[in-house]
Amino acid sequence: MIREISTREIIKAVRDLSMDANYNLGNDVLLALNQALEKEDPGTAREVIKELIENARIAREEKVPICQDCGLAVVFVEIGQDVHIIGGDLRQAINEGVRQGYTDGYLRKSACHPITRKNTGDNTPAIIHLQIVPGDRMRIILAPKGGGSENMSRVDMLTPAAGIEGVKDYVVRRVKESGPNPCPPTIVGVGVGGTFERSAILAKKALLRNIGDRNPDPELAEIEEEILTRINRLGIGPMGYGGNSTSLDVFLEIEPCHIASLPVAINIQCHAARHKEAVI
Amino acid sequence: MSKQIRLRTPLSTEDVENLRIGDRVLLNGVLLTGRDAAHKRLFDLIKEGKELPIDINGQVIYYVGPTPPKPGKPIGSAGPTTSYRMDPYAPKLIELGLKGMIGKGNRSQAVIEAMKRFKAVYFGATGGAGALLAQRIKKAEIVAYPDLGPEAIRVLEAEDFPVIVINDTKGNDLYTEGIKRYAKV
Repeated sequence: MIREISTREIIKAVRDLSMDANYNLGNDVLLALNQALEKEDPGTAREVIKELIENARIAREEKVPICQDCGLAVVFVEIGQDVHIIGGDLRQAINEGVRQGYTDGYLRKSACHPITRKNTGDNTPAIIHLQIVPGDRMRIILAPKGGGSENMSRVDMLTPAAGIEGVKDYVVRRVKESGPNPCPPTIVGVGVGGTFERSAILAKKALLRNIGDRNPDPELAEIEEEILTRINRLGIGPMGYGGNSTSLDVFLEIEPCHIASLPVAINIQCHAARHKEAVI
Repeated sequence: MSKQIRLRTPLSTEDVENLRIGDRVLLNGVLLTGRDAAHKRLFDLIKEGKELPIDINGQVIYYVGPTPPKPGKPIGSAGPTTSYRMDPYAPKLIELGLKGMIGKGNRSQAVIEAMKRFKAVYFGATGGAGALLAQRIKKAEIVAYPDLGPEAIRVLEAEDFPVIVINDTKGNDLYTEGIKRYAKV
């Protein structure tokens, strides 16, 4: 049976998600920040984490953005193959939702022309990833992505000889080199395999998990934990002032790749890890 | 152990020379804002030998692009942006009398050298704490480049705006010292 979904519903969902994601820090992040507080000595590191927890409270209660960088609107849409979209163009609807959410919600518009640097004025176009899935529903995940942590992200093509140890070293080294820049404590998304561009999308998708959600494959889960432990021994700490919590979690996603390649992408996410979803 | 200090802008050379990395400072008075695009314009004016639209002598520039204010509020969320993007411009502004910068993240060696030579400091504000930091800003007024939107130059009136000294006038770096203290590798 074909189920109809109107672009009006999509616009409203995206509009509401834009505001919800920017005002309300996820409970998983709040819990992780509270746990990080326990791991730090009294002093600057603790003070910073306390500020972040207090900041989240103010943002939620006053309905103001957690961070002034309300990000580019990254939108993952899973469309059931039995869905028929009516009332207009899907991409236009998503962009209209972003436009309304970022304008009505007093969110910062951070999208600009890459060369002239002229601001597009309404935070569009959104970065849209579409996927067709079984079913008759539509799942929309909106994940605002700030520039500071995105700038510290990288894709590299390792040699197969580098192997999993090469991947682990690469991720830890990248976090070390990023130092204070991506607003630690961070969350680290790692995509291994696929092609050049697929690895980056895997890394981005990995960041949609909630903190503490391990990869269901026990071997990969173990690698996630090992990388996290190594990162937290670097000493970078909250805001890079020194401490034991440099990252709150590491998420690893893999896919088969070419016999000649070992693509690795690392997408760094600041502590303002924002993602909200709606199902229509 | 770091101490907490309350300072009022504009800052004197003596004010900044007394600061050490890790000191927690509450800034009061005027803060100027500016980020990528505004810095480029200021730098171009300096290159052309023209007058700047703002007086930077003794001032502190906050690297911030705030969100639009809600009705009745002076400013929206207003946390720091990453500072290294302003590194190409900062040494010249420091030479011209800028006494402080507020941002987050590493500075280049050239900026650290300029801070030593011309006596200025680099403060860190907590990145991603934009809602909290906005409460310490009592007034905001655009004074140059309104066409840049969030990147326009604003004059802020700050009240006990909390920052920490990352680079002092002696060439010390809080990030380097912090890692030395906590690294377990």
